Amino acid sequence: MDILYSIFIDPFVQMAQAPDLFVQTLWDGLVGGMLYALIALGFVLIFKASGVFNFAQGIMVVFAALTLVGLHDAGVPAFLALLITIAVMFALAFTVERVVLRPLVNQPDIILFMATFGITYFLIGFGEYVFGGDPKVMPVEDFGLEKGAYNIKMLGGLVSLQKLDIVAVIVASAMVAGLGVFFSKTRIGRALRAVADSHSAALSVGISLEQIWVIVWFAAGLVALVTGIFWGARSDVSFALEVIALKALPVLILGGFTSIPGAIAGGLIIGVGEKLAEFYWGPLVGGGTDAWFAYVIALVFLLFRPQGLFGEKIIERI
Amino acid sequence: MKVRQVIMGVACAGLVATAIYASKAQAADDIYVPLFTYRTGPYANSGIPIANGMHDYLTMLNERDGGIGGVKLNVEECETGYDTKKGVECWESVKSKNPTVVNPFSTGITLQLIPKASVDKIPILSMAYGLSAAAVGKDFPWVFNPPATYWDGLSMIIKYIGEKEGGLAKLKGKTIGYIFLDAGYGREPIPLLEQLAKDYGFNVKLYPVAGKEMQDQSSQWLSVRRDRPNWMVMWGWGAMNPTAVKRASENGYPMDHFIGVWWSGSDDDARGGGKAAKGYLALNFSGLGSNYPAIQDIKKYVVDKGKSQVEKDKFADTFYNRGVYNTVLVAEAIRNAQKLTGKKVVVGEDVRRGLETLHITEARWKELGFPGFAGPLTGISCADHSGHQGAYMQQWDGDKWVKVSNLIEPMKDKVEPLLQDAAKEYVDKATGWPKRTEACDKAM
Amino acid sequence: MFYREAGQFKTSYASDQAIFPILQDRIGIAVILVAAFSLPLYANDFILNAVMIPFLIFALASIGLNLLTGYTGQLSLGTGAFMGVGAYACYKLTSIWPDVNIIVWVICSGFFAAGVGAIFGLPSLRIKGFYLAIATLAAQFFLEWCFIRIAWLYNYNISGAIEVPQRTVLGVIVTGPRATSETRYIVVLAIVVAMTWIASNLMHGRIGRTWMAVRDMDIAAELMGIRLLPTKLMAFAVSSFYCGVAGALMVFLWYGGAEPAVFNINQSFTILFMIIIGGLGSLLGAYLGAALIYILPIVLRFVPEWLGIPIHAATVEHITFMIVGVLIVFFLIVEPAGLARLWSIGKQKLRVWPFPY
Repeated sequence: MDILYSIFIDPFVQMAQAPDLFVQTLWDGLVGGMLYALIALGFVLIFKASGVFNFAQGIMVVFAALTLVGLHDAGVPAFLALLITIAVMFALAFTVERVVLRPLVNQPDIILFMATFGITYFLIGFGEYVFGGDPKVMPVEDFGLEKGAYNIKMLGGLVSLQKLDIVAVIVASAMVAGLGVFFSKTRIGRALRAVADSHSAALSVGISLEQIWVIVWFAAGLVALVTGIFWGARSDVSFALEVIALKALPVLILGGFTSIPGAIAGGLIIGVGEKLAEFYWGPLVGGGTDAWFAYVIALVFLLFRPQGLFGEKIIERI
Repeated sequence: MKVRQVIMGVACAGLVATAIYASKAQAADDIYVPLFTYRTGPYANSGIPIANGMHDYLTMLNERDGGIGGVKLNVEECETGYDTKKGVECWESVKSKNPTVVNPFSTGITLQLIPKASVDKIPILSMAYGLSAAAVGKDFPWVFNPPATYWDGLSMIIKYIGEKEGGLAKLKGKTIGYIFLDAGYGREPIPLLEQLAKDYGFNVKLYPVAGKEMQDQSSQWLSVRRDRPNWMVMWGWGAMNPTAVKRASENGYPMDHFIGVWWSGSDDDARGGGKAAKGYLALNFSGLGSNYPAIQDIKKYVVDKGKSQVEKDKFADTFYNRGVYNTVLVAEAIRNAQKLTGKKVVVGEDVRRGLETLHITEARWKELGFPGFAGPLTGISCADHSGHQGAYMQQWDGDKWVKVSNLIEPMKDKVEPLLQDAAKEYVDKATGWPKRTEACDKAM
Repeated sequence: MFYREAGQFKTSYASDQAIFPILQDRIGIAVILVAAFSLPLYANDFILNAVMIPFLIFALASIGLNLLTGYTGQLSLGTGAFMGVGAYACYKLTSIWPDVNIIVWVICSGFFAAGVGAIFGLPSLRIKGFYLAIATLAAQFFLEWCFIRIAWLYNYNISGAIEVPQRTVLGVIVTGPRATSETRYIVVLAIVVAMTWIASNLMHGRIGRTWMAVRDMDIAAELMGIRLLPTKLMAFAVSSFYCGVAGALMVFLWYGGAEPAVFNINQSFTILFMIIIGGLGSLLGAYLGAALIYILPIVLRFVPEWLGIPIHAATVEHITFMIVGVLIVFFLIVEPAGLARLWSIGKQKLRVWPFPY
């Protein structure tokens, strides 16, 4: 009975007794979820346009952030460093398209997936060789971002909102909205959706696949840079950041591989879900559930909706 | 097709070449000191300064004194990336070259190597990490963990807390939170923590952090906010440390009630938190800063000559000095071994005897060029491979670490029985664990 | 010329169904086996301990994953965890019944892994492709967490790690620190060879064929009367069995002890690399892939030292990472079907050499 009580009743009692903590958990989950969604967004962009499951997204986050901080540490002014980093991400997109994707056109998905592992390995070695493996502090102040927190008194307690987190949520939302508009309103965006529907049909109406791929990889690079800045500010910029990319995978499952709103919704569900689970139910099993909880949510979800929340229903023909 | 054949050919040739290379015997006119380091991987932030410290001190001995006892040291790094697999590979690759001592610098790798040490006759120096039970020299003649075990460290922290609260008796009813890396390393202190909780009547809250989640930690610190522990103790490593310090300050946890073990107290750990991390405490047993003659010698002979990989502003920071401390022990053990055996070129078996007779008094530290660098290391004997030496508390003042306490002695009476039990259990479970046959030398 | 099957007639069903129908293949295999079993006579400890034993164990795990991914078409990222299940099962079995032959327990531990694998294979009925891959990640992370949390699994050791006890077989020390590398190598080799042989037979038989039918198109396979549920679960179970045995071998005959971190996600990825580089759906590919991914970095590490170039250990590591990355992409571009395919192309060349037309 005690067990049942502590599973089904006690957590809700706690929520009611300390609503400020509940709100805080929701907020932390929201921020975490938004940041997961950002990484997932990078995956979605590339998957949508080229069908490549880009495992290198995680290392791209690290690489972008490292380039930025590395340049800044070398004395380059912050905004110039930002511009150079953007240029580097473009060069990366261009190289990947030329060296990896183009020779592998029309190969099975798993081969392209494997090729992105090759890219990951290369970038780990290259990044560590150039910037060293020691962690770097993200100079957020130099980008005009403030540290510190707003402490709001509410519900008989204190809810503290980190200024950086607020900016992260705003920027992430803006980015998603911007990308959404880009895909639906601009010429390139439409071309990109055409490519997603059918490579050969798109080619036949004169859309350049190469160009599209460079553009999506570049867009994914930009998303990686933004992700890197915010994750870097939350902890340090180091190669350990790479593992957070794994957190984007359950988000992808929930949202579907091809849906931008799905990535956001998935991110929020995972973010809030795992924080609530760890905070209220984690102590029952000794804590640390956030290592796997997201995957289990995703797994359960998949059993009911195999194509994800917003994914396209796959109709299989023989 | 040509290209492919060439590639395959090269790969095969490479394999054969390795085979030949690896089987080649090693020339033995220098003292071989392998350093297991990690400058790559997720724990590189803790690994790099230590690697630099170890490498630079030994290089300095080569440059300044021409090695130890007139014999050059052959210092070679083997990159482990904190990966057990590569650690074991490093062990296999150094073992045929007559290594004097191995410093695995990873609890995981140490655990794998402990059983191999006695078979391959190579001593392991796991300085204040690894298996605490290995301090029992009767059962682990080949493993050394001076100056103190994790359990000693925990007891020192509890003692410090007791002191601040006005006596250990005042701990009754208080809550102590324990945030730790969810691996063998972080879990090891828990039995002692629970026992001390029983003895002194305080409550314990555990906050495990999975290695994969160490850059997030928001749920853990939220729970800290809910439970409001009076003190927080941390057993973190790598990227976990700076993140924890940041989260703690963001959540408004009083930093001067937040204490890290000696592996959570590097400059990088606190620097990320900046001013907000002011007040954060950590144990330390090696000196702070570069104001020691020997450290100056390192600067003169190694760093200024461009023989080091250390960045100028990270020279002589906390973990760099920790690396230096580690190699001072190695150097002293080699010196002892030379005296004991009368040989110039010593190997693992000799250095094991050297480590067992390790005895660094305050005067000896001074002689070595490290006046006041660290507490005396006089407790090591054949029975006790750790020494249970004290450590002091350091505090982050916003820019650098400052020493804020005298040496805190561990609660040896609480730790020793646990050690004996753990060692006994280990030996019982490992059927066929070799009995100690190594003779005991007189301390020098 | 060197590799000609002309004149070798198959006169019975048995010879037609043989795994190696061609004489040259049989000779080749025999030579390799003899060479492999006599390796301890002329190789040193480093080659045995740090190269050959790990290589064989990885090859076995790759065969396991290949049965699932290459032959049945179910992408799995839980290999590391299934290896872990095998290792912990073996540890528990031998600590509860220490007198039983350790090799029996190593094999038995595979059954535990198979059971766990089958449970986590259940979603494969509804989920396919990358979605399934991510679903298997749930298995990976959940099991990893269990290895840390369930203290019973590691006999409540304070260090949280498992230490391999000494066990003897017929009076020879097989596990534990005092087992010689020669003994351990021979044991690993024997098990790996036997299990490869079993896998090969499995693939040539009915089960293997149903798996491949499911891989090529599961709906079509279902229409042909193959029941998907038992087939897919069987694939998960057999694959996990192999991985489990590989995991038990890894801890008992290679590491001599293990922390849960050994069975982390990187382990799963490494084995996936091996089968993709080696060739999906090929047993030979599992060996070639394991050789390339595991042994190549070791070789690369030695190259600078061997050429006498003074490069820092960390730099070597960085360069190794870069080279491995480039090579992965290179091999994929040159031969996306894997190294095994290169071998079969080579065989074809040999067959017609020196008159290709």
